[in-house]
Amino acid sequence: MGLSVPALGGVPAGRGRRRIDRMIGRVAGPSLAVTYLSLLVLLPVAAILSRALSGGFGAFWQAVSQPEAVAALKLTLVCSLGVAVFNSLAGLVIAWVLVRDDFPGKRVVGAVIDLPFALPTVVAGLTLLTLYGPDSPFGVNVAGTRAGIVLALAFVTLPFCVRSVQPVLAELDRETEEAAASLGASSATVLRRVVLPSVAPGMLAGAGLAFARAIGEFGSVVLISGNLPFKTEVASSWIYSLSQSDDLSAAAAVSVVLIAISLAVLIAIGLLRRRFEIDETV
Amino acid sequence: MTARWRWPLRVVAFGYLALLVVIPVGSVFYRAFEHGFATAWDAVTTPDALHALFLTLIVVLIAVPLDTVFGVGVALILARHRFPGSWLLDALVDIPLAISPVVIGLSLILVYGKSGWFGNWLAAHGIQVIFSLPGIVMASAAVALPYVVREVLPVLLEIGTEQEQAAATLGAGPFTTFRRITLPSIRRSLAYGVTLTTARVLGEFGAVVIVSGAIAGRTQTLTLFIQDGIENLNPTGAYAGAVILALLALLVLIVLGGDPERRKRRWRSPSDQFPSDSETPSLSTT
Repeated sequence: MGLSVPALGGVPAGRGRRRIDRMIGRVAGPSLAVTYLSLLVLLPVAAILSRALSGGFGAFWQAVSQPEAVAALKLTLVCSLGVAVFNSLAGLVIAWVLVRDDFPGKRVVGAVIDLPFALPTVVAGLTLLTLYGPDSPFGVNVAGTRAGIVLALAFVTLPFCVRSVQPVLAELDRETEEAAASLGASSATVLRRVVLPSVAPGMLAGAGLAFARAIGEFGSVVLISGNLPFKTEVASSWIYSLSQSDDLSAAAAVSVVLIAISLAVLIAIGLLRRRFEIDETV
Repeated sequence: MTARWRWPLRVVAFGYLALLVVIPVGSVFYRAFEHGFATAWDAVTTPDALHALFLTLIVVLIAVPLDTVFGVGVALILARHRFPGSWLLDALVDIPLAISPVVIGLSLILVYGKSGWFGNWLAAHGIQVIFSLPGIVMASAAVALPYVVREVLPVLLEIGTEQEQAAATLGAGPFTTFRRITLPSIRRSLAYGVTLTTARVLGEFGAVVIVSGAIAGRTQTLTLFIQDGIENLNPTGAYAGAVILALLALLVLIVLGGDPERRKRRWRSPSDQFPSDSETPSLSTT
């Protein structure tokens, strides 16, 4: 504990000010912050938990083990996992080209990678629907299919996957690679033995963030998936339709499962970061 | 890697970006102006469309300042004052990042809705939160809550308190110290945090759709207007609305500035982490 701003206490004339500063720092500030946080986040999340269990554990279990809920949760997990893995590999290639290659318009490519971040999710869904929907100029129609969901998730999670690897790649010591190559290692061996071990933590962190984002994603998925029950209905759309039909307890129950999964993933990333001493990226 | 891998890698990287991001985004612009600029203009100047645009801007004007003040405040508290449970506050701030926006919307209904915890009290006092502006603002502010804290806190920890202490020794009050010393040092990270917050609030859909009821001309924000356009056969309106939203998001990025280099800087050794304002951001020229 101790004084947070010791120098203020050292000023003889600053006694009153010190008290005011301490009051702002220790009492008023934190109280206001905690109130704001409570009104917007803590009370609401507590309400979800309480509502989910309001009918007892039996009702909770019934809500989450109902076939449509199970199908939605399974679909969400499988698609999110697939996208996280695939996008990490794509992210590695893109980051590699950005870091090691040199070409005109690099800044533009960099901005394109951040575009999915800035673009509203509904607009993201609409852009994909335009190109890969019923009116596709390529004749590829993934609207109402699981491929559409994967596409939408790949779009929104791309920045995480590139930006988590890029800095690691930029810091990577090229001499080690050159040494390995001069000792007769093939490019595949250099990639496997030198590059991948160094970028693996970054890739894993990116994949984790992408997965956590993907399992809660709604806006970009809703337009392209068509929300067909048992086929293209993801967990967040199922929660949405439950809340529209005023079945708030079941919606809260499925929400609790989603929250538990994302918390587990984020804690895993946190532990990973601590282990490899990686700072947060996004 | 040898030079013979350069082109295959370029093809994969650029091809993926083109198919996933560039061409789809371009095609929305094409679709919006397919039938001429006048048609697109007409589609976004209907009363419902204009109302949606104004509502979105109002929500941004309320939610972003609230989140900014909260964000800077919490970052200052966490960086400068240790108190029992400060680690908990640090962790709790991140909750909105870990939760689906739909779940955040639902959770607000469970507290402020008709059957919610505060439902009776709010109804007795004639305050409607859910299905009206306060609910939309709260949902937007909740999902965008962590960004300013997460951008400002690392910089505050990095710059330390020496200069602030010096200012205090020279007789500056806490507010003068904040304005003259702290604020200039966190300026860039704060701008980036506000950028992220604004972009998120502008484009929020999942949390807003559930609390707003999406009543056209009343509680329909621009994102809801777009979704409504697609589902109820007003594609031109939807595309034009999407273009407006995309341009607004880009405008925010340009005015406040994205800072891609920031991420790289943070991964370096602490000695060269200090972000100085003279540094011009450029994307990884290494």
